Amino acid sequence: MASGLRILVPVKRVIDYAIKPRINKTQTGVETAGVKHSLNPFDELSVEEAVRLRERKGPLKVENILALSAGGPKCADTLRTAMAMGADRAFHIDVPDSNDGGLEPLTVAKTLRAVVEKENINLVLLGKQAIDGDQGQTGQMLAGLLGWPQATQASKVEIKDEAGTVEVTHEVDGGVETLKAKLPMIITTDLRLNEPRYASLPNIMKAKKKPLEKKTLADLGVEDKRRLKTLKVTEPPARQGGGKVEDVDGLISKLKELGAL
Amino acid sequence: MVFAARTSVLRAARAQFTPSRAAFAFNQSALARLLSTLAVLEQRDGKLQSSSVSAISAALKLGGPVTAFVAGAGVKGTSAAEAAKYKGVENVVAVENEAYEKGLPENYAPLLVENIKKGEYTHIIAGHSAFGKSLLPRVAALLDVQQVSDITAIESEDTFVRPIYAGNAILTVQSTDPIKVITVRGTAFQDADATGGSASITDGADPNAPAQTEWVSEELSKSERPDLATASRVVSGGRGLKSKEEFDRLMIPLADSLGAAIGASRAAVDSGFADNSLQVGQTGKNVAPQLYLSVGISGAIQHLAGMKDSKVIAAINKDGDAPIFQVADVGLVGDLFEKVPELTEKVKSA
Repeated sequence: MASGLRILVPVKRVIDYAIKPRINKTQTGVETAGVKHSLNPFDELSVEEAVRLRERKGPLKVENILALSAGGPKCADTLRTAMAMGADRAFHIDVPDSNDGGLEPLTVAKTLRAVVEKENINLVLLGKQAIDGDQGQTGQMLAGLLGWPQATQASKVEIKDEAGTVEVTHEVDGGVETLKAKLPMIITTDLRLNEPRYASLPNIMKAKKKPLEKKTLADLGVEDKRRLKTLKVTEPPARQGGGKVEDVDGLISKLKELGAL
Repeated sequence: MVFAARTSVLRAARAQFTPSRAAFAFNQSALARLLSTLAVLEQRDGKLQSSSVSAISAALKLGGPVTAFVAGAGVKGTSAAEAAKYKGVENVVAVENEAYEKGLPENYAPLLVENIKKGEYTHIIAGHSAFGKSLLPRVAALLDVQQVSDITAIESEDTFVRPIYAGNAILTVQSTDPIKVITVRGTAFQDADATGGSASITDGADPNAPAQTEWVSEELSKSERPDLATASRVVSGGRGLKSKEEFDRLMIPLADSLGAAIGASRAAVDSGFADNSLQVGQTGKNVAPQLYLSVGISGAIQHLAGMKDSKVIAAINKDGDAPIFQVADVGLVGDLFEKVPELTEKVKSA
């Protein structure tokens, strides 16, 4: 049935995970100008998994890997990174930069649905969440819109046979669970899935020649409709360090004083 | 469409009845009549899971009538009856069908949508557990609404507070959707009273949607210790423990002496010292115990995201400049291989 894997890997450009974000003065969002950005760490895992599915030479051959990103012009860099890791081609959905986190997950899911249908995709690998909005919705929403099976927070993905049976081990509260489904399917990645590779210099050079197509939401028949209104973004209440103690007895008596023991 | 029309009529009605004088009080009572909340409960083998308490607690805070929803094998006599005892829950909708026992979103989401449409709820709430996280966005997409994830506070019927950027920023967000689909952070909503209620239990609709995934197996780490997400005390170990043997040798007695759950940093999990399910942080669990004792953890922002709402934070680390000391209420600079056994002994004999 499924003759080969045609994989879509959506990726997001986010503020680098090691950087502590600063709230802007107007309290409408986070300062993004001049701040280091990179590929969302969970999306790195999904690109890596797509490439490994090709390298593993399982029962189904990977026909192609399409990376996609929606956002401002700098998303092109993110897509080049994905292609340097092994994606074959990329779509850049041009959406003006904004400091409110960009498109809402439902809009992204609708965009992805359109691409899945146009490009005859049968496996979508997404990160379990983007580390900026921390929403963790897009993959599940896409699965709902397409009516496809989903496996969230995957720590192991195995293509079992030529008929496209996929077995996914995924993380649940208190342990792991294993599910089986038939392609087409949506999988979101968790940290344990793999260790993403670094793009080598030759591959970075090669990635520059890979096709990167620019598209708009209108091309895909999707409207950028915002349903959530940001009222304000504030700093979390700061915690005051309580100082240090000399020894274990000091620790115990301080904890007693604080009512924690 | 049906929903949209209904809400706009309600909005218009509400606007008419909202004179500037005493607007707030009136609005509150109007709200209580208009909104109606469905709390989606998570159950396993007939027992409600801790995420269910947060769903009920948050639903009660909204102010309107609260209906609880539970589905699975033979739930009426077990988890539905348990839910009916919660004070403030008016009705429990139960769907008895083995097919929903594992909470697989492919058939559970259509089941929920069917019951949401039937009950005309304005708010759908579930805990932000693995169950809620995988199920609710699918439900939201089927209802064509934008979900609000992992909220920590409710400001009004449409305004919610949630952490973003690993808890480094707090977003107050207003939903303009006719139905609010929400997951709630367990540690922020835990005060529902599990006694004294006497809700009726009614049968829900069962669309019998086909299951597209097959549940194969599960491996849950068995533990006598309190559940990490809801424990009142947590001891957490990091890379400083050096090996799995040392982690177990030092952390288990320490946890036992305090009656605490055991957590771990990502570094400790990645190094194989502790199981994945014990990870505390942005990509693991969020905890907010009375006491969080961190051992050999430097305090990266991703880790702090998961524990900085703890009541009291204590830290033992040999590096006096470790960022963990900036948030710790009490810090001890020293070699954990000496300090932890000493602490364990002294707590035990106290």
